[in-house]
Amino acid sequence: MIAATSAVAEVEIPISERGPSPRKVIVAYGFWLFLLSDIIIFSALFAAYAVLSGRTADGPGGVKLFHRDNVLIETGCLLLSSFTCAMMALAVEVRRRGLMVIGAVLTLALGAAFLWLELTEFAGMIAHGAGPSRSAFLSAFFALVGMHGLHVSIGLCWLVSMVAQVFTLGWRPMVIDRLACFSLFWHALDIVWIGVFTIVYLGAR
Amino acid sequence: MLGKLTWDAIPLHDPIPLFAAGLVVFMLVGVLALVTVKGWWPVLWRDWICSVDHKRVGVMYVLLALVMLVRGFVDALMMRTQLALAAGHAPGYLPPEHYDQIFSAHGTIMIFFVAMTFMVGLMNFVVPLQIGARDVAFPVLNSVSFWLTAAGVLLVNVSLVVGEFARTGWLAYPPLSELAYSPGVGVDYYLWALQISGVGTLLSGINLTTTILKMRTPGMGYSRMPIFTWTALASNLLIIAAFPILTATLGMLLLDRYLGFHFFTNELGGNPMMYVNLIWAWGHPEVYILILPAFGIFSEVIATFSGKPLFGYRSMAIATMAICVLSFMVWLHHFFTMGAGADVNGFFGVMTMIIAVPTGVKVFNWVFTLYGGTLRFETPLLWAIGFIVTFVVGGASGVMLAIPPADFVLHNSLFLVAHFHNVVIGGVVFGAFAGYTYWFPKAFGFRLHDGLGRAVFWCWFIGFWLAFLPLYALGLMGATRRMQHYGNVEWQPLMIVALVGALVILAGIVLTVVQLVVSVRGRERLRDASGDPWDGRTLEWATRSPPPAWNFTALPQVDGLDAFWEAKRRHGGMLTPAQGEGAGPLELPRPSALGFFLALFAFVGGFALVWHIWWLALVGLGGVVAAGLARAWQVEHEFEVDPSEIAAFEAQGARA
Repeated sequence: MIAATSAVAEVEIPISERGPSPRKVIVAYGFWLFLLSDIIIFSALFAAYAVLSGRTADGPGGVKLFHRDNVLIETGCLLLSSFTCAMMALAVEVRRRGLMVIGAVLTLALGAAFLWLELTEFAGMIAHGAGPSRSAFLSAFFALVGMHGLHVSIGLCWLVSMVAQVFTLGWRPMVIDRLACFSLFWHALDIVWIGVFTIVYLGAR
Repeated sequence: MLGKLTWDAIPLHDPIPLFAAGLVVFMLVGVLALVTVKGWWPVLWRDWICSVDHKRVGVMYVLLALVMLVRGFVDALMMRTQLALAAGHAPGYLPPEHYDQIFSAHGTIMIFFVAMTFMVGLMNFVVPLQIGARDVAFPVLNSVSFWLTAAGVLLVNVSLVVGEFARTGWLAYPPLSELAYSPGVGVDYYLWALQISGVGTLLSGINLTTTILKMRTPGMGYSRMPIFTWTALASNLLIIAAFPILTATLGMLLLDRYLGFHFFTNELGGNPMMYVNLIWAWGHPEVYILILPAFGIFSEVIATFSGKPLFGYRSMAIATMAICVLSFMVWLHHFFTMGAGADVNGFFGVMTMIIAVPTGVKVFNWVFTLYGGTLRFETPLLWAIGFIVTFVVGGASGVMLAIPPADFVLHNSLFLVAHFHNVVIGGVVFGAFAGYTYWFPKAFGFRLHDGLGRAVFWCWFIGFWLAFLPLYALGLMGATRRMQHYGNVEWQPLMIVALVGALVILAGIVLTVVQLVVSVRGRERLRDASGDPWDGRTLEWATRSPPPAWNFTALPQVDGLDAFWEAKRRHGGMLTPAQGEGAGPLELPRPSALGFFLALFAFVGGFALVWHIWWLALVGLGGVVAAGLARAWQVEHEFEVDPSEIAAFEAQGARA
């Protein structure tokens, strides 16, 4: 009976009037806002790509340059790394350091493989005279895909630092909050990549 | 070793920049010497530079804005003097390449480092107090934001002495800003300064949005938020949505300039008009980022000095959010002449007129709040009424420019210059001064000198009209913007009137400094012991002035709009503590040097990139990473406030 009345009281106070949120919620919320702003940076680059994708200046176009098999493997690596990242988050949830490290190492390996494939693709294109200075289309391509690659690289450095933090600082709330933010970041990069895969590679002209 | 940097970068042969640079260096050395002689370094370092208290960060933002206002205004005065002289065969005293730098620096500084900085400072100071919070959501990040802004400011000012500034106007349109046409370091200074300070602004936007949405005191639902907090929310949402576009756009221009990309070049498929579209997709929301907090300030000021609740609170909040959304749908009106065709121009013309509707709603709300109120003509109210009169004219000329055929004639003329100064000075600057006068006693515990404050207002008000009404006329007569010289001597009398107006504004700026000095020296006489000098309505007036580091000993329970006003009516100004508040110990964030060092290394990196000193750029980047890692391994983020300190504060008769 008492429990029932308190539940009613709980319902009567609207969420917006319940006072400050717990620290964990505030941190995650702030990071969500950051991710949204980051996605806007990507949307500006996507917009630029959309405008310039046909401007090849008599140089090579996407169909000629992109190897879809390569990109498919890249995509597989990145999507799988999101899965291992989620596994890592579950290990953090139950505070199992060994499992967390396995998740982190797999994520690192898959992320590094993705980066390696991407950099090989870039190097090959530049070697064939299709670098970013060749045409506006290639400028937009290298900037958009490169920006995503830069994010992946930063994410990998961040992950290394997080493993180090877990070992030196232990499961402090601040470390756990940061791991949660990292997961959000890593999954967001996947979402952006889906856009890159669809618009840049499948939509190549 | 030093990249492009040689002794030629110092303008030893050019008297005007050399003199200006000498003056700046002299003043800087003077300030540093004073601090050293007085032995203020420890206090300055601990209580200000490393402070993460939102109130102190806010004060530092406003101080930075006031200093940059002087710098930006000197540029304005030089331009007005040049144009008052350079008619017919007279060449004036500024060569074109110098004049071009001055108008570019003036616009860049006034928008990014005066208007933006001032508004962010006021929001930082006021918002947590208004929503009954102890600080912002991420206090250390707040300090980082401030110092990144300061690093941008420093970079712009260094360009005065070492090298040159952009000659491309405040938005650096390509292809002029591309390497082919601007091979010097001016555009690079512009780009890196804005990239660094832009990151600061974005982080500040995230911080304040999270604060407003997640940290309001119990009971303060959305329909009970003070209207300034509403406008701050809208403004910071716009920062989150718009500033990344600026970062991306300037990033693309940087790629063009540094790595030979072809986003905006004339060659190999680049598209300069894409830059113009992207930059205004940020730029138009930007003007609302500036004006919305000003609207909030006027709403608070008008309600307070009318002694009655704001008329149409809900419509005000809705109008604010409507402007927030619509501001993203009008960007093309900045370049109707691009040639997008009648349909596109028609759409954006109509959208521009539509955005005037919520603004009109606001004006009527202010007027109806004044109507029948018990008016007290204190200085902030003077600014507010001066704003209503001035801003309506600026808005009307804006609607004129929204008509595409009219815009084809008026585009790029002094009419446009008069229009945006009319809204930016009449809106943002008047709002900044209203807020500065209104909240100064809250920040420092004493009022600003009243008579001098009134004099400042009248100087700005009269000076504004004298300076810009002639520009409307000149624009209609065919005078274009950004011209260093004109042949038609019939324009000269109006140009001289404009100069006189600028001189009257100069008097206002000088009086602002005098007012500050006089007020600080006479602070005992101007002391406000109550914490509520204006008979305020919102929570910030419920704490003592200056508020303690923890703002509220017990977070108040809010059960309506104008919480403090209601508390004064019902319980003699005593706020009801929220459930479970006031019992436990209080924890505050520790001071942190992170912001200072991050910004220092960002500045070093920015400077190095401007001059192509690649090893130094790596040092800057390494420093930023190292500072971040050092922070990551810092464990103690908070400290417990000494209970005796709280008890001593409470014993002094604090009301909250």
